[in-house]
Amino acid sequence: MATPKPRVKLPKSASAGEVITIKTLISHQMESGQRKDKDGNAIPRQIINKFSCEFNGMPVFSCDIDPAISANPYFEFNAKVQESGTFKFIWIDDDGSVYEHEAQIEVN
Amino acid sequence: MNINRREALGFAAGAAAFAVTGLRPVPALATAEDAEKRIMEFAGGKMPETGKLTLVAPEIAENGNTVPISIEVDSAMSGDDVVEQVMVLADGNPNPDVATFNFTEASGIAAATTRMRLAKTQNVIAVARMKDGTTYMDKKEVKVTIGGCGG
Repeated sequence: MATPKPRVKLPKSASAGEVITIKTLISHQMESGQRKDKDGNAIPRQIINKFSCEFNGMPVFSCDIDPAISANPYFEFNAKVQESGTFKFIWIDDDGSVYEHEAQIEVN
Repeated sequence: MNINRREALGFAAGAAAFAVTGLRPVPALATAEDAEKRIMEFAGGKMPETGKLTLVAPEIAENGNTVPISIEVDSAMSGDDVVEQVMVLADGNPNPDVATFNFTEASGIAAATTRMRLAKTQNVIAVARMKDGTTYMDKKEVKVTIGGCGG
């Protein structure tokens, strides 16, 4: 499997106290563990089981994920920003891999 | 593909079972009772109230592999009026759990959108738990044309 590639969309700037919308997507097959290969053997589960978003080190939103989430998991959520800073997005894979992405926002 | 006698008989038996029950031999699916048990655990033993929480899901999903769903809770997200968690369940999937969203005051609005898999026509259920322990529930039936669990 290719290395999962995160994509994040959020505004570059906002006014203080504004609630912004953040959209995230990461390429991942999210193998549910329910499928069988052509010989009838179950394909082992491998999903991203946790997603979280922090702003300047403080938690904003997180999600515990089960196999019922579609491939290439997509999340759209909100954040209230008071100051300029950095959003950090973290995806944790069943195999222990951690995929990270950072995005800056300017608040005035 | 080589089929020996034993496999051929097994296949015939499977086909007979299919004809009798009309069901595909898929793994056991969750039931409404399983989902209800999860709700009770999440809500601390009492049935959640309706209201405040809105679950948006399509009435008909042609492709059960990616069904868009949104949840939103009517909350100020400050002081005592804060949504802590929203759990999403599907009562006809192999496993009722879908996802649990954790919100903070920094979320601003307790809303989230994602895409989920649905194995067949079933209810999607969302349950929200507030900081003060009250819980709210919303439920939508989604009709699925092509199931999304690839049995």
